[in-house]
Amino acid sequence: MLDVQPTHDAGGAHAAGPDGDRQPLLAVEDLHVEFSTDAGTVRAVEGLSFSVDRGEVVAIVGESGSGKSVTALSIMRLLPARSGRVTRGRIAFDGRNLLDLDGEQMRQIRGRDISMIFQEPMTSLNPILQIGLQIMEPLQIHLGLDEAQARARAVELMRLVGIPDAERRLGQYPHQFSGGMRQRVMIAIGLACNPKLIIADEPTTALDVTIQAQILELMKDLSRKLDIALIVITHNLGIVARYADRVIVLYAARMAEQGPAEAIFHRPRHPYTMGLLRSVPRIDRPGGARLETIEGLPPSLAAPPSGCRFAPRCPYRIAGCDAQPPLVATDTGGLSACVRTAEIAAGSIAWARAAADAGAKAQVAADQPLLSVRGLTKHFVVSTGLLGRAGRVRAVEDVSFDVRPGETLGLVGESGCGKTTVGRLILRLEEPTSGAIRFEGRDLLRASEGELAAMRRKVQVIFQDPYSSLNPRMTVGQIVGEPLRVYDLAQGDAAVRARVGDLLGQVGLRAEMAVRYPHQLSGGQRQRVGIARALAMEPSFIVCDEAVSALDVSIQGQIINLLEDLQRAHGLSYLFIAHDLAVVRHISMRVVVMYLGRVMEVADRDALYREPLHPYTKLLLDAAPVPDPTVEKARAPRLITGELPSPLAPPEGCVFHTRCPLAGPECRQAVPPLREAKPGHHVACVKA
Amino acid sequence: MLAYAAKRILLMIPTLLGVAVLVFFMLRVVPGDVVEVKLRGDGGNVSQETIEMERRRLGLDKPLLAQFGDWMVGLVTLDFGKSMWTDRPVVEEIGTRLELSLQVAIMATIIAVLIAVPLGTFAALMRDTWVDYLARIVTIGGLAIPSFWFGMLVMLTLLGLFNWLPPITFTPLHVDPWTNLVQLIWPAMAVGYRYCAVVARMVRSSLLEVFNEDYIRTARAKGVYEKLVIVRHALRNALLPAITVIGLEFAFLIGGLVVTEQVFNLNGIGVLFVQSVSRNDFTLLQGLVMLVAAFYVVINLAVDLLYAVFDPRIRYR
Repeated sequence: MLDVQPTHDAGGAHAAGPDGDRQPLLAVEDLHVEFSTDAGTVRAVEGLSFSVDRGEVVAIVGESGSGKSVTALSIMRLLPARSGRVTRGRIAFDGRNLLDLDGEQMRQIRGRDISMIFQEPMTSLNPILQIGLQIMEPLQIHLGLDEAQARARAVELMRLVGIPDAERRLGQYPHQFSGGMRQRVMIAIGLACNPKLIIADEPTTALDVTIQAQILELMKDLSRKLDIALIVITHNLGIVARYADRVIVLYAARMAEQGPAEAIFHRPRHPYTMGLLRSVPRIDRPGGARLETIEGLPPSLAAPPSGCRFAPRCPYRIAGCDAQPPLVATDTGGLSACVRTAEIAAGSIAWARAAADAGAKAQVAADQPLLSVRGLTKHFVVSTGLLGRAGRVRAVEDVSFDVRPGETLGLVGESGCGKTTVGRLILRLEEPTSGAIRFEGRDLLRASEGELAAMRRKVQVIFQDPYSSLNPRMTVGQIVGEPLRVYDLAQGDAAVRARVGDLLGQVGLRAEMAVRYPHQLSGGQRQRVGIARALAMEPSFIVCDEAVSALDVSIQGQIINLLEDLQRAHGLSYLFIAHDLAVVRHISMRVVVMYLGRVMEVADRDALYREPLHPYTKLLLDAAPVPDPTVEKARAPRLITGELPSPLAPPEGCVFHTRCPLAGPECRQAVPPLREAKPGHHVACVKA
Repeated sequence: MLAYAAKRILLMIPTLLGVAVLVFFMLRVVPGDVVEVKLRGDGGNVSQETIEMERRRLGLDKPLLAQFGDWMVGLVTLDFGKSMWTDRPVVEEIGTRLELSLQVAIMATIIAVLIAVPLGTFAALMRDTWVDYLARIVTIGGLAIPSFWFGMLVMLTLLGLFNWLPPITFTPLHVDPWTNLVQLIWPAMAVGYRYCAVVARMVRSSLLEVFNEDYIRTARAKGVYEKLVIVRHALRNALLPAITVIGLEFAFLIGGLVVTEQVFNLNGIGVLFVQSVSRNDFTLLQGLVMLVAAFYVVINLAVDLLYAVFDPRIRYR
């Protein structure tokens, strides 16, 4: 094991006084940060104050553009030198104001006393330098270790963060590591010099849920064991619930609320925090009811509203909100920037429900399935070796399911499980290797050109990235109107324009938006345009491929509600492909769980989440964090270990046996068939 | 990697074969041949008989395909034939000039890279300061000023200041290194200016791009010395695209310096190219084109293999 020693300066250059321990490790006071952009000066952080004690875990939560990453970069003094600058404030770390230090003094603190872990493990390591060198760098620079000492310590660190076969992997390059392993390397680098503070900026956002759980567990363990203070920056409230002692909620560059984690989750005192908690789909609660969302969009920081930033979206808005609200102490031991904090605490005003639950889910017709997939298989041939010896990626292997009219079928799994390929096969964007796809009883694989064209109209798709899936050189009106013209669904310019206006109205956009270009819209608005385009064809079936994954929490809720409203209005069926189990629980009626190209389990939504049968489903559900600190902190450490095997060489027998806690010898022998364990509940496991 | 290199080397054969076919038949489309230019070029009165005889001697009377076959057999056995004008073997004609052209190209490359990498780096580091503006003016000048004209300026300056004129004859490096270097340094600098401008701009822009990469931020967050961030983390990544440009420019210098060679009175490949075109010296021209084509192909391969050395993500199979 690593020998754990706090690295206090031997010389005691800034030795803590008698009351040194009561001084917070980090105190940010009245921080103001500005960016110069083409659109003018943007105030990315305004008047932010908070502190972090030694060994404490503090979470900073907020949507994109709220200023959370900028705060982290300001502490590290790593703001982009050309555009960003701290205009006011103080950042006291260990008694020194970091803003007063010169470049060299700051360099000595970075990586030694404060280290940072970034969001994107795929791009945060230098691709052309060996992993070992990248871990050894801070050791040699800050601690003056020689080559051999640094190497030995790097091996220790790699073992500490759970990288097997450390000596050999030292000489490898980042591309030879999976995303989860790279993030472990980043953590090893962060820990290298036993820092006093680690800032983790969205450390698990880019990772699969089972890997995310492992990384979070690791970070929490290590920070507790080594007594390192941790600032976790995230948009995911579930992550925060398990690990944070204190939570700071930012909204549009200002602090909305801060307080002990338990209070923030159970007794929020700021309307934004309340709305945020309500708009997250919960994996531990049955779906069905309409999500309560925060209406509207966050303000532009180039021209923010005067007064309370949240007021335009706030259901509690009163006349007093026109002035900037001061931070007031709450009854829960925190601070809230709302003039009605006391009223909220007293419970004298309740959260105004947006629209009352607009009825139950859409009705599912129990007759003929709309879409029926049987034995669907897709192998991609990849050439390896000099003479092009072909390898096969078994992306999809023997997948069968039905989607009934008016139903939402959720398709979940980690990256590489083949869920997106299934969607592409149904859309006929890929040719299946074998299997059958029947839509309205017609075999799509044997359909004539004419039938296929008719089918294409009825089967539409909404993509994950609302930016790259819209042509940047076309206006919204052209994008939505294009299918109308191609399929002759509206005659004449006036008719097309009227229909486009109608479609935009259905997805909650004003008709004037038709003249705008995609880059002039926010992410949520772009996704609405994507939905309007799909609706233009009057489809009966829509493949939603991670349709809400790229959106902020409050926007995600709006889009989910929109999809549900449209389903009711038009009797649509959805194939909802996602990795977020909570969203799938909320929106789906039945759920298919995939792993390494195969279906593991198919069941009704509530049955699957309440009593999962397949060990993989159980582990997947266990790995997903829940935004409730009481639930999270009571939970046993997470179980799942290991990495996803390569789909080039999937394990023999049951593909999950390499990570399965129940696996026995028989699991290595034969592929378990998908059997009906209970009525309507299918599972591909011999042990379940 | 070795297997990949072997495969690429084998693939050079069809590429060069294609070039051979193209150059052979394209030359025959041009009216006239070497015999006419040689015997009647200056208006001399030579009988048709003499011309036919000369054509027979050079094999120009055979059917086109037979000529092509002869040349192909020669190529395979590495016999490039004789110059139709001088009767000296093509290899010999090219050989002496290639030594000179190659030396100019290598010297120009060294000068260009030695200046371009620091210039591009400092321009990127001091972006939008006077250093960057100066570097931009210098490099845009390099792209805009034709190198032969720049060469003339160099010559005039040398003549005006030192009363120095390029010598009439070329002294090879192994005969007298000093004389040789003094003779070639000026043309190398003249063509190196443009070369340097291209490379420096590439280094600057790719370095600016690399500075925005997440791993640079990671390096700074680790507290790595700024110098080490630039050299170890940024520059090594930024030089990859520059290698491509360097390779292509180098290949261009072999045979591409037609006017510059004349300005500096150098008897290089470029001058030989012009001569053999004006003389319709088919065999020599074919040999020259094959040489330049081979250079491009070999240098492209070298660049691709260098990429694999510098970038571990690239593994050729």
